[in-house]
Amino acid sequence: MLTIKNLHASIDGKEILKGINLEIKVGEVHAIMGPNGSGKSTLAAVLAGRSEYEVTQGEVLYNGINLLELEAEDRAREGIFLAFQYPIEIPGVSNINFLKTAISEIRAYKGLEQMAAKDFLTMMKEKQELVEIDRTLISRSINEGFSGGEKKRNEIFQMAMLEPKLSILDETDSGLDIDALRIVANGVNKLKSEENATVIITHYQRLLDYIVPDFVHVLYNGQIVKSGSKDLALELEENGYDYIKAEVEA
Amino acid sequence: MNEVLEQKINTDYKYGFVTDIDADSAPKGLNEEIIRFISAKKNEPDWMLAYRLKAFRHWLTMEEPDWAHIHYEKPDFQDIIYYSAPKSKKVLQSIDEVDPELLKTFEKLGISVLEQERLSGVESRVAMDVIVDSVSVKTTFKETLAEKGIIFCSFGEAIQEHPALVRKYMSSVVPSSDNFFAALNSAVFTDGSFCYIPKGVRCPMELSTYFRIEAAGTGQFERTLIIAEEDSHVSYLEGCTAPMRDENQLHAAVVELVAHKNAQIKYSTVQNWYPGDKEGKGGVFNFVTKRGICLEENAKISWTQVETGSAITWKYPSVILKGDKSVGEFYSVAVTNNYQQADTGTKMIHIGKDTKSTIISKGVSAGFSNNSYRGLVRISKGADNARNFSQCDSLLMGDQCGAHTFPYIEIKNNTAIVEHEATTSKIGEDQLFYCKQRGIDNEKAISLIVNGYCKDVLSQLPMEFAVEAQKLLEVSLEGSVG
Repeated sequence: MLTIKNLHASIDGKEILKGINLEIKVGEVHAIMGPNGSGKSTLAAVLAGRSEYEVTQGEVLYNGINLLELEAEDRAREGIFLAFQYPIEIPGVSNINFLKTAISEIRAYKGLEQMAAKDFLTMMKEKQELVEIDRTLISRSINEGFSGGEKKRNEIFQMAMLEPKLSILDETDSGLDIDALRIVANGVNKLKSEENATVIITHYQRLLDYIVPDFVHVLYNGQIVKSGSKDLALELEENGYDYIKAEVEA
Repeated sequence: MNEVLEQKINTDYKYGFVTDIDADSAPKGLNEEIIRFISAKKNEPDWMLAYRLKAFRHWLTMEEPDWAHIHYEKPDFQDIIYYSAPKSKKVLQSIDEVDPELLKTFEKLGISVLEQERLSGVESRVAMDVIVDSVSVKTTFKETLAEKGIIFCSFGEAIQEHPALVRKYMSSVVPSSDNFFAALNSAVFTDGSFCYIPKGVRCPMELSTYFRIEAAGTGQFERTLIIAEEDSHVSYLEGCTAPMRDENQLHAAVVELVAHKNAQIKYSTVQNWYPGDKEGKGGVFNFVTKRGICLEENAKISWTQVETGSAITWKYPSVILKGDKSVGEFYSVAVTNNYQQADTGTKMIHIGKDTKSTIISKGVSAGFSNNSYRGLVRISKGADNARNFSQCDSLLMGDQCGAHTFPYIEIKNNTAIVEHEATTSKIGEDQLFYCKQRGIDNEKAISLIVNGYCKDVLSQLPMEFAVEAQKLLEVSLEGSVG
């Protein structure tokens, strides 16, 4: 589904990603871990198409298309979803209106008929129950005045509504208490299928107690320095990132 | 962002076209002869001519104001045609009699009179007094209104048919010597709307006037007077678009509102005059004096405006809160782009006890434009327990435009509570990217964000206008993003 080859990217002339290689197949869950400043969020931003980052080398193939040539909105329409580490507030724009617009744009791009209002509302209700998000949050302005946990849950709700093929969760567990973490993880697990893939970017292992990854990668200094099974995450938890650093620098 | 703005700048004015209607015009220039010509053309009584001449003589002693945060080449008042009327002079009985050219114009604007008439059968009805240039061509729904004793007609007709009311109220809120442009209007106004709601009557429909500036180089000097008697209620809509022009067009209107005891007047405007081209050439100069008075207790006047057009906007719809417990409101969205300049706001003059006012102003600036909010809240000595809440927000698109806030607060009574909040924000790259990441392109994203930002004002508009205003915001910002 996604093949990243020797990806280099920089911001303001500073190189952050220094040759990433990664292969993600449909149905898989990958966890990307690493210390602060290793380039985890940059990788997510580059895949989503944030224009501040300049890709200087390498390629990214997504279902056979050159992803790097697509505008951010077209990547989203092709099924790439980014759950933001810091979801943005848009005052005065209701979640309902926002999602209706997004779905209508995505369907238009795919040449699909527009959804009837009734079907849209039914879908909202279903997904809202699926990811256990409060109904009142949905009718409010996007993320405005939401708590940290509510914002993260809203991201998962949007993900449920947009039914992406590749979801990238950027530090979705940060700032969540244990109950919120469980709810968010449940949502992700329910949305997981044989037709989509998930990338979980996280600093801590604890989210992986709830969402079990097929692969764990350690990102350090702009490169994936180690890959393994879910046990790698436990190993990291136990020894900290220092031993990876020591290993790499040795 | 800059790409975005470049594209926006390249969007042409959607409503620019010229209709070929023969005009019956006065020669260019302004002097007592011209004023006598206008008055004679309109068969006015002597008192009206005297009023005009007095205003004109006063105007001659005045200077064009320059305190506003706007820069423009001052118009040559001798190079303006002060009177022009479409040729059809007879009173039209039905839509079939309207000049087909004119109907086509309305079609292009998307305001079909037929549609308006058809709507008359259903709940939401809009009575429309269509003004093309200076003469009222068609007044609809007059009979329905007449049954309730409501008078809704052109100003010219009111002078003929209801002289006592006109003489009593005209200039009672905006004296003819009030300011340079009000004095000019008082001297040369050609037509406008007049509305009188009798005691205890709730106007059964939204009243609406569409203004258009037609003949080339014709100044537009409208005059509107709305009187709401005790316990009455009226909602008035005003909207306008103008054809594309090379030379600047001057517009100096005067609107006066009078609300008696317990009466309510809601005045809504959607203004989309030609803003000039992307170099800032042409466009309408809009110098308007709008003021209402809450004459007695519990009266309420509410101004709502969505301003997207004009090269220059100079406009401060105000409320004098004379009656105890009276209420004044001002809700405004002003969008400027390219080289547009807007200096707009309100004045809330608290005189009566327990008076309340609310000001919500939302400015959106793009391109090289300048957008200023200027507002005065005055609490007079006797205005015990007066309350004011003001919120002035500015939204910037790009880094070439300007947003300015000039709040003036004068408090002479220490029981007053006055709150003022102001924010300035930029449409953030973060917000745009968030929308894009959900599959929404830049243009739609900007429209969503701006509509959300203006929601508190748009929600004040009557249904008929809310949709139109949203569309207008979208059109005004169309192409503004790459």
